[in-house]
This record gives sequence, structure tokens and C-alpha cells, in this order.
Amino acid sequence: MGVAVGLSGLAFGAAAATAGLTAVQASALSLLAFTGASQFALVGVVAAGGGMVAGVVGALLLGVRNTFYGLYLARVLGWHGARTPLLAQGVIDETTAMVQAQSGRRSARAAFVTTFAAIYLTWNATTVIGVLATERVGDPEGWGLDAVGPAVFLALLWPRLRAGAAERRVALLGAALALAATPFLPPGVPILIAAAAVLAAGGSRPEHVATPQAADDPAARREEEGR
Amino acid sequence: MTLWAAILATALGCYLLKLAGMTAPRRLLEAPAVRRFAVIAPVALLAALIAVQGFAEGQQLVLDVPRTAGLGAAVVALLLRAPFLVVLVAAAVTTAALRAAGVG
Repeated sequence: MGVAVGLSGLAFGAAAATAGLTAVQASALSLLAFTGASQFALVGVVAAGGGMVAGVVGALLLGVRNTFYGLYLARVLGWHGARTPLLAQGVIDETTAMVQAQSGRRSARAAFVTTFAAIYLTWNATTVIGVLATERVGDPEGWGLDAVGPAVFLALLWPRLRAGAAERRVALLGAALALAATPFLPPGVPILIAAAAVLAAGGSRPEHVATPQAADDPAARREEEGR
Repeated sequence: MTLWAAILATALGCYLLKLAGMTAPRRLLEAPAVRRFAVIAPVALLAALIAVQGFAEGQQLVLDVPRTAGLGAAVVALLLRAPFLVVLVAAAVTTAALRAAGVG
């Protein structure tokens, strides 16, 4: 995952430089926004000469999936109080993927924190390097590294897919919806469309959706047993 | 709007979106529909992410044979319960090998 994130960071740095951002501006985005899709969206619009407002709106639209992740993580991680605003910065694809591959609140929390820290460092370091270097660092596709990104997320999603038919249905529907929407919507938005798959599939037999935290959470376990 | 304003607006907006999800009121989180949605949402979103990363470039659907084979190798490795790193190496090596062989 570090490699995939590192390459992405380099790519972002390069894209930002090409769009005319300074190293400070690119770093500001990586430090403060810290969410790849949105950062690429803003930089892409700037590079294409589009309006700033359109860029910001596009970036925020892509950021909405982090809100969905946040709803999930709030439940699973169960942190409350002063730490939350600090930890909220870490709500992204990678930390969510790592958390949902865990079984138990303690390991989920550990996974979140370590992934957040590691990725924050990697992403920001490679952003700076990417801006300053701005020439291609080798050929990622020649090394087969473009398959590594999706492979990482697949490996993390795998335990959920094995858990039940409902999960597999939702995954297939989500993937199909996203691909179907891709030619018609700006990059990143189709992934949000996939959330609609949840609403479609979630209406039928929700009790069969396995909740991985039940073992760790007495209230949830009582509920599971009560079904 | 200047570039700096756009950068800061994006940063603030993205942070607030993350925070909103994390600090949703307890009662909202406990509602059965929200609970079901929150638990299953990552599955749909991550599956969509995998699909788009594997089979799309920008707004174009692409069937890149080496990359697809690489993902297939990852699936095989996962079915064989291989360790995490083996899964990734299998994906990378399969993809690189097919590209080197001039496929796709």
C-alpha cells in the first residue's frame, strides 16, 4: 500500500507542478486536504484552465465519499471527544479499507492510526518530491504497478466478500454501477453512484449483513443474538 | 477566486466532510437504517474503487489485458489464501510479464 500511495503522491506532485502550482501550494493541498481524488480533481481543473469554483465543487463532490467512510468509522472505531477532530483528517480510502479488514475494535483502531500515520508521511513526502522532480520516475506500468493499487484494495476487501452473499451482491452491484456511470460522469463521481447500490441491496434482508464488530461490542452482540 | 483561495476552500471543505461523518450524532448512528448503511457502504465504495482503478482511465472504460490478468492473479492468490505481499507481487509480476511480452 505504501508503494501505491507513494507513486500516487509522486503523480500528484508532478500533476500539480504541471498545472502551475508551487511546491508550497501542492504541499498545502496534501497536508490540509489529504485526500487524493479531491486533490487530483482540483489540480486537473486548474491544468485544463477551468474555473476555480468548478474545481472546488468537483473536489468537494469527490470528498463526500469520505463522509460515508466517516459514518462507518465512527461506528466501528467508537472514539468520542477531543481526539475526533484530529483523527477525522485520516478518513480516506486506505484507512477505511484497512479498518474493515480487521475483526475487533482494538485492531481496527490500531489499523486506523498506523495507516493514517504511514500514509500521511508517505503522501506528503512524495508530493514534495514529485513537484521538485517533475520528470517521470521510471515507468510504473512497466513494473506492473498499476495493478497493485486495485490489488491492495481487493486484498483488504476480500474478508468482507467471503463473509456473506449480501456483501458479494453489494460489491458486484457497486462495481457494475460505477463502471456503467464512468463514461457519463467526471472521474470519481461514479464511485459515489455505487453508494446507491447499497440502498438498493440494503432494502432486502439486511439481517444477513455480517457486522464484523459484533464480537467486540456487547450491545451489538446482544442484538445479533436476538435476531 | 484565486488559486490559494481555491486550495484553502478545498482543504477546509474536505476536512469538514470527513469530520461530518465522524461526528454524526450518536442517535443518528444508532438508527438501524444508518447502521446498516454505514456497515455496508465501504463494501460498495471499495468495490467501485477497485473496478474503476482496474478498468477505467478518466472517463474511458478500458480493458487493459495485462492489468486485468494481474488482478486475476491477485484473485487466484487470494483464493489460495496467500499472504498479502504475495498477492501484490503476483499482481505486479503478472502484469509486468505480459506487458514485457508485448501483450495488450
